[in-house]
Amino acid sequence: MTPNQIMFILFAAVIVVFSILAVTSRKILRSAIFLLFVLVSTSGLYFMLNFQFLAAVQLTLYAGGIVVLIIFSILLTSHINMKFEPVGLKKVLFSALAVIAGALLAIITILDYNFSATTKAAQEVNMRIIGKSLLSTDYNGYILPFEVISILLVAAMVAAIVIAKKGGPASTGSDTIKQK
Amino acid sequence: MFFVGIYGFLTRRNLITILMSVEIILNSVNINFMAFNRYLFPNKLDGMFFSLFIIAVAAAEAAVAIAIIINIYRRFTTINVEDVNEMKF
Repeated sequence: MTPNQIMFILFAAVIVVFSILAVTSRKILRSAIFLLFVLVSTSGLYFMLNFQFLAAVQLTLYAGGIVVLIIFSILLTSHINMKFEPVGLKKVLFSALAVIAGALLAIITILDYNFSATTKAAQEVNMRIIGKSLLSTDYNGYILPFEVISILLVAAMVAAIVIAKKGGPASTGSDTIKQK
Repeated sequence: MFFVGIYGFLTRRNLITILMSVEIILNSVNINFMAFNRYLFPNKLDGMFFSLFIIAVAAAEAAVAIAIIINIYRRFTTINVEDVNEMKF
């Protein structure tokens, strides 16, 4: 086995094990930390695939931003030592059944499908190419989704502030703005 | 991993853990995009940009969801899904 394969197996094992732990752990803060491990090893996978920029984005945005946000909201809304009551056996059984069936189906399909290996040269990924294709209007440009995503981000930020700020229980967003 | 996320989505009652399950699902999709991009179409970068946009959408979604969760907590003082069954009161 090459070192690359060993690293891949390590990362994949970490991702699978910790994601299972994250959805089954009964302490909520622990489960957030397991989620952090999952996200960090995902960015390790991106580094292995030579997508350095996306790995950095994953590290800063997910592991830095979202996990901190989640932990903050956990601390705001629940006690640290709170444990969930165990989930009902019936619910666990049926969910696990559905999930295992779906996973088996997906794995069988993937193993059946004959992926054709390419011989094309790999496109190198550097900041210049990323910036150019994000802002170009050519065939391979992504200017439209880029603009749409920026509007979405602004809308989401405004919405988050409006929702989370203190107001009367019956006031909607536009009402709150008018009341000021 | 995708199905682990779905399992969490189905079994969890706490809103924040449901949000975490959604993050796991999005991450698994991202990994798939990147792997296919690298091994099947290494001359293009479509998968990478899609992953980038997915990450941005996930960040927006997490921010809005956490705002809603905090608001719900302020009103109901609980974030269990089963206790929050009134739309308006």
